[in-house]
Amino acid sequence: MTFRSALLGAAALLTLAAGSAEAATTTRLTVYTALENEQLDPYRKAFEADNPGVEIRWVRDSTGIITAKLLAEKDNPQADVIWGVAASSLMILDAQGMLLPYAPKEAGALKAAFRDAKTPPAWVGMDAWMGAICFNTVEAEKKKLPKPTSWADLAKPEYEGQIVMPNPASSGTGFLSVSGWLQTMGEPAGWAYMDRLDRNIAVYTHSGSKPCKMAAAGEYPIGISIEYTGAQQKTKGAPIDVILASEGAGWEMEATAIVKGTKNLEAAQKLADWAATRKANELYVNFYQVTAHPGVTKDTPNYPKDAEAAMIKTNDFRWAAEHRDAILAEWSKRYDAKSEPKK
Amino acid sequence: MSAVTLNAARPPARPVERGEARLLGGGLAAVAVLLLVFVVLPLGTLFLRSLYDRNDAFVGLANFAAFLNTPSLLTSVANSVTVALISTAITVTLAFAYAFAITRTRMPGKALFKLLAQIPILAPSLLPAIALVYLFGNKGFLRDLLMGHSIYGPIGIVMGEVFYTFPHAVMILTVALSGADARLYEAAEALGARPWRRFLTITLPGARYGLISALFVVFTLVVTDFGVPKVIGGSYNVLATDVYKQVVGQQNFGVGAVVGMVLLVPAVLAFAADWIGQRRQMALLSARSVPYRPRRRPLGDGLALAFCGLVAAVLAGMLGMAAFASLVTLWPYNLTLTLANYDFAAFDSAGWASYANSIRMAAWTAAAGTVLVFTGAWLVERSPAAPVLAGVVRLMAIVPLAVPGMVLGLAYIFFFNAPWNPLGGLYHGMAILVLSTVVHFYTVGHLTAATALKQLDREFEAVSASLKVPVWTTFWRVTVPLCLPAILDIAIYLFVNAMTTVSAVVFLYSPDTKPASVAVLNMDDAGEVAGAAAMAMMIVYTSAGVRVLHAVLSWALQRRTQAWRAR
Repeated sequence: MTFRSALLGAAALLTLAAGSAEAATTTRLTVYTALENEQLDPYRKAFEADNPGVEIRWVRDSTGIITAKLLAEKDNPQADVIWGVAASSLMILDAQGMLLPYAPKEAGALKAAFRDAKTPPAWVGMDAWMGAICFNTVEAEKKKLPKPTSWADLAKPEYEGQIVMPNPASSGTGFLSVSGWLQTMGEPAGWAYMDRLDRNIAVYTHSGSKPCKMAAAGEYPIGISIEYTGAQQKTKGAPIDVILASEGAGWEMEATAIVKGTKNLEAAQKLADWAATRKANELYVNFYQVTAHPGVTKDTPNYPKDAEAAMIKTNDFRWAAEHRDAILAEWSKRYDAKSEPKK
Repeated sequence: MSAVTLNAARPPARPVERGEARLLGGGLAAVAVLLLVFVVLPLGTLFLRSLYDRNDAFVGLANFAAFLNTPSLLTSVANSVTVALISTAITVTLAFAYAFAITRTRMPGKALFKLLAQIPILAPSLLPAIALVYLFGNKGFLRDLLMGHSIYGPIGIVMGEVFYTFPHAVMILTVALSGADARLYEAAEALGARPWRRFLTITLPGARYGLISALFVVFTLVVTDFGVPKVIGGSYNVLATDVYKQVVGQQNFGVGAVVGMVLLVPAVLAFAADWIGQRRQMALLSARSVPYRPRRRPLGDGLALAFCGLVAAVLAGMLGMAAFASLVTLWPYNLTLTLANYDFAAFDSAGWASYANSIRMAAWTAAAGTVLVFTGAWLVERSPAAPVLAGVVRLMAIVPLAVPGMVLGLAYIFFFNAPWNPLGGLYHGMAILVLSTVVHFYTVGHLTAATALKQLDREFEAVSASLKVPVWTTFWRVTVPLCLPAILDIAIYLFVNAMTTVSAVVFLYSPDTKPASVAVLNMDDAGEVAGAAAMAMMIVYTSAGVRVLHAVLSWALQRRTQAWRAR
């Protein structure tokens, strides 16, 4: 052993010792999330300020990846808390027995639709996002396309080859729109509608926010996507209108849950408690107009007005979850076997 | 008969001392165990899941049945094969001509062209996608070139895949074409063979192993890549995006594992081809050979220069377009240039930290990977005994090429995060990222090393054995210096790929080890296309810097250790 390696070894030991001394006073919570990047810092700082001694370490990725990672780690979970992942994903985890039901202190104050129906609830909602139409006004002008106001409009022949939407087999956003149509129109009419819509679709994408980004960049004038991305692109200066269809929009919510088997239960409960507070909802509302707390809403910049009214009234997550495989199989059979993209 | 018969019959494996033989066998066994633990067992764990449904109930072959009944299955298979065949034909033709120009002509600027060929490998896959959309998308500068066809579909996929696989093919083919015995060409010329005939009877057969490897590497890369078809493929379904749909879209690991297994088929074929090529290939450089030096041919050299210039201009143009994308304020409506997109802390809380993580990860991958890959290939090629073991290792070395990164990443979670696994400690932190990346890119490194080693005559070792020089001394004093260019190529290949890789590590990073390539995807996800392009360009600048350093180093080494190649 040379002098240098001895030195390195000693340094490593010191670092370790320092690390464990610090660990004795603070609990590090591993939090899995699909929150947007811009939300991570404000949420973490606000929570840590109210809960000294608890530190958040984020593992962040898109909803599909983070759900797959959680499921793959099922036999030896690494996450303590899930904060900001789609409720339908949490329902899958719950069905696998991966969540520890817990009623946060202020959960009683939240809207009933934003809580798991069980007592205590396995997950608690934070805010909602919904299917929306991103409409590029500049490109529409050039192509003399009228502004659509409803889902029915999108199936009209004048929009042939002008619409992009996410493939529901790849994207939760795609699925929420499909599930919304089937729930509001009923099964036969819903499929008939999608048959007509399919003629107008130029591309089915694999990502849920992509159609709106494509619309924002003028690649195609119309993208079926989510209102959050629309507002965000509009804020950046893209010439788009974000339209909530008059028939009502399929929606989904972000939610919080404790992972069964966490070694930091006390800290995890603190986070679950905090995530359901009014204060936390007042943070959520900076990004989403509709939050779980009945009193917390505001007009977010460039966000479509009255989003809550546009949400379909009875969104049956359980029905959607149970029929997901069958719906996707039917969808793939009808629309996925196309080999050539339309112009 | 072809000119290959000019080669002397292969001398018997060198007579080694018993202790040496045991050591070599032990080394080979160690490599076999490593590949077993880091390739076969994780994949095995994942593939076992193909027999279970989502609720962990054993369902036998139900997932296979579900897969076979997928309505779009036939379309996906046909699409995958079509795109892969077209891309392979274009890439390997272009890459062969390019590598030929670099190795067998006297055109000026060869070192520069060798560098420029690496451009695509330096760029995270998002960059060519952005560049293709900005060039050929519906608002693109060159959209009229597509004559009304959409970039979102097979055309876009083929363009993207040719761009992405080109450097891989050039790398293998340059090695395959760089060693040649001038005596063969002299003899052929003396016998009156025309240049075309010399090409067909000496050059092509000599590069056969590299050519077959390149064909299969490109084919397999295209079939298993989901990055390009996901971003630019539109509704054009291929098998790799089917894996994505199953794993990420529906978290259906069982069916995902089935598709993953189907994707292994080309790799098995590649292995068979490798095995055949390997039996046929003779050593090109015998101890008596005279290195080939191309002569000046003004016309040929001029054509080569024009061709390479054109290819390099296209590659550089794509990168330039991406660089432009990273500076634009709002595509396509406000093309004012700005540096604001490089302020990463504004879009990503990790800011520049992920960039530092990537550099650490890439350095480790290059260091550990090169030693493992080259030593492994040498043991496979040169171990006197245990041909069966060598064959097994060779197969295990080919497998990673055919495994989509996503499948590898999931397999690593299942295997290394299992409560019973004593290696569980690896799961957190940098080690798992480095290991998965070495494994992910093992095959091309292995093929490069094997190609270089096959060109060295076994007589080098026979002679040193008769001089009673220990085998590892020969390895260290003869083999490594002779193969140094290839070794450096492998190191740089691992480095730049580690900088850009996403599909496996996206499942494996922890809060403290998030790499820049993942940050790029996250920013793109968040709608910050320009920010994503900017971070991606940082990766490109870094890799390019390292690549230039490598070129200088190679040049210096070339002068010191490769003088033997000159007459």
